[in-house]
Amino acid sequence: MRTIGLVLLILLSSVAHAAGDTYPFDNDADRNRFETLTRELRCPKCQNQSIADSHAPIAADMRAEVHRLVQQGESNDAIMAAMTSRFGEFVRYRPELERRTLLLWFTPLVVVVVGIAAVVILVIRSRRSARIGEPVLSEADRARLDRLLDADESPRDTSSHHS
Amino acid sequence: MSAKRVLLFLPLLVAVGVGIVLSAGIGRDKETLESALIGKPVPAFQLASLQDPQTTYLPDVFKGQVTLLNVWATWCPSCRVEHPQLVKLAREDGVPIIGLNYKDNREEALKWLDKLGNPYSKVLFDPQGTLGFDLGVYGAPETYIIDAGGTVRYRHVGLVDEKVWKEELAPLVARYKREG
Repeated sequence: MRTIGLVLLILLSSVAHAAGDTYPFDNDADRNRFETLTRELRCPKCQNQSIADSHAPIAADMRAEVHRLVQQGESNDAIMAAMTSRFGEFVRYRPELERRTLLLWFTPLVVVVVGIAAVVILVIRSRRSARIGEPVLSEADRARLDRLLDADESPRDTSSHHS
Repeated sequence: MSAKRVLLFLPLLVAVGVGIVLSAGIGRDKETLESALIGKPVPAFQLASLQDPQTTYLPDVFKGQVTLLNVWATWCPSCRVEHPQLVKLAREDGVPIIGLNYKDNREEALKWLDKLGNPYSKVLFDPQGTLGFDLGVYGAPETYIIDAGGTVRYRHVGLVDEKVWKEELAPLVARYKREG
């Protein structure tokens, strides 16, 4: 009976695994919160990894602290603030939307909008100039072109006579 | 020049602009992060002395003069490399340095100081790395400049050699001495 109880306890307990260590939680909500937060936080030492993935000692310390704060019932915002107050805004994969980070957030959008606008303008312009039925040359231009072509041929004829 | 002609040069201008921005990033060490604690007081702590477990240090050890706070450990190879420079700074230039022995073993740390010399006026013993964590230490060695009021002014990540001291730290130490 005791064994069955133990097995049930192991099966039903809420546990989070991150980069090799195991953290017990009272409930699934807290465990999910822990997993989300550790994936949102960037390791300051190995900068291409979240603290959930990293084996760096500092990432382990940060995970332990996140676990402690989650267990204490701190809000996600409070936990993020606790981390950025020590390690800087750098550790957030998604920085806060504020005046300082406006460029960071909206440059891609601006570039895409400018690109689409450029394409639309170019297409409209080329359509307009290629409109069917509109004469490419006016009557006056055509007469001038004929004159130029004639003038171009005559000198060549004379030069061939003289040589 | 007509507006159209000017537009023709736009791609060139964009390319030059992007080139300037990107070349500014060449050679910049992206591993070095500015401390989040610049301009803030040293976090609260209560740590034993490395040499004397009965003595407890509080943040007021930083009050009264501009101090270097050097984070070190015997497991840290770069700390060994920079150690002679710290000894030289303490002995020849009289720079006050407080050591933070970070996640280390007391016996080994004491042996290290016996063997290599002790540049520290005080050594805070932080085996759990609690003060290190509150300072945002992410790799030893790190060296902080703390002003006379106990405010964190600067952090250098990595070893302190003659060049780092002369070009980076010494001017700031002099400045905060004047101001403080």
